Amino acid sequence: MDFAISHIHASPLYLICTGFIIGVLGGFFGVGGSFIAGPALRLIGLPWNMAVGTDLAHILGKSIVAARKHRALGNIDVKLGFIMAIGTVVGAETGAQLIEWLKHRGEVNLVVSIVSIVVYLSISTFMAWESYKTLQGQRARAKSGAAPRKADENAFSHVTRRIQRFHLPPMISLPTAGIERISLWTILGVAFVGGLFSGFLGGGAGYIRMPAMVYLLGIPTHLAIGTDLFEIIISASYATFSHAMKGNVDILIALVMHTGAAVGAQIGAMLTQLFRGPKIRLAFVPLPLIGAAIVIYTLIKGGHA
Amino acid sequence: MDWRRLAKTVGIEAAVYAVLMTAYFFLVLHFMGGWLVNLFQHHRLWYAIGAVVLMFGQGVALEMLTTLLLKLVRRRTE
Repeated sequence: MDFAISHIHASPLYLICTGFIIGVLGGFFGVGGSFIAGPALRLIGLPWNMAVGTDLAHILGKSIVAARKHRALGNIDVKLGFIMAIGTVVGAETGAQLIEWLKHRGEVNLVVSIVSIVVYLSISTFMAWESYKTLQGQRARAKSGAAPRKADENAFSHVTRRIQRFHLPPMISLPTAGIERISLWTILGVAFVGGLFSGFLGGGAGYIRMPAMVYLLGIPTHLAIGTDLFEIIISASYATFSHAMKGNVDILIALVMHTGAAVGAQIGAMLTQLFRGPKIRLAFVPLPLIGAAIVIYTLIKGGHA
Repeated sequence: MDWRRLAKTVGIEAAVYAVLMTAYFFLVLHFMGGWLVNLFQHHRLWYAIGAVVLMFGQGVALEMLTTLLLKLVRRRTE
């Protein structure tokens, strides 16, 4: 099939299959899947700027499907999603400005590559340690016959409680997430950092925001996944529009990819019902590692990160 | 929900979905392709608005379609 906007020839089956895989990952983990979609689009000859823009448009459609499914499952905190969207958009703009600054200095590829490898490896290592420790604790309690503490506990909860106690008005409550009082600035700060990485490293940065929501804000895993997807709808809409204005979006490719992602996202969202929080977090561990491997590969090949 | 039932549901849904998608490619993408290319080349603002609207529209439409298919398949397999 010929795509006249980007002037490339690609198999619709390849695009649908890629969309499907990313859709399953997105529905299950609440991530955009840019670390797979970007290189997959590059493989068919799409330039980097088009790959990033088209990927964002596809993320938008996929997040709508997955978020609607999560909403039906009661996994979305709308109030939290809207607050986070504000921080994300500001953060994404700051990240994009940082990229421009690095571009002028001629160091963008190396800096972005090194930062992304460090971030991906840190997230993977931390989540592997935390989810393993939590599962070990649960097994030990089950053996001794003690009652489980709560449905979605994590081994980092002492830090989460300390962050929730940080008192800087205005304080708000998030009843859906089970949080009585938390500073608005804490939420905006977490969203800003997520947005910063989104603008700096590309994609939706769900691999940072989802763990940050669980470990720093204390949001239950299932709710963090659903709310992250809802928040991605808002930030990806803005990013899609901005990239389309710059000529970086082939909407026909995004539409074809999205037909596969629509089914994948539904399946991914359904699969979350079969697993508990710590197991979902443990299954998340290889994802940032794949991202790190791709960046290391592009560095060795001498391409863009 | 168990694994076997999920796999069966997904298999049937994928088959029905494949037929619908083939029709979609021939009807929608074929007719919209020229119009979108023209917008991309000459009216970038409308192209950007159209891109967001199309992704939203397709997102909602496909979610409704897959949900409906899943419901129908589940009713048949139960």
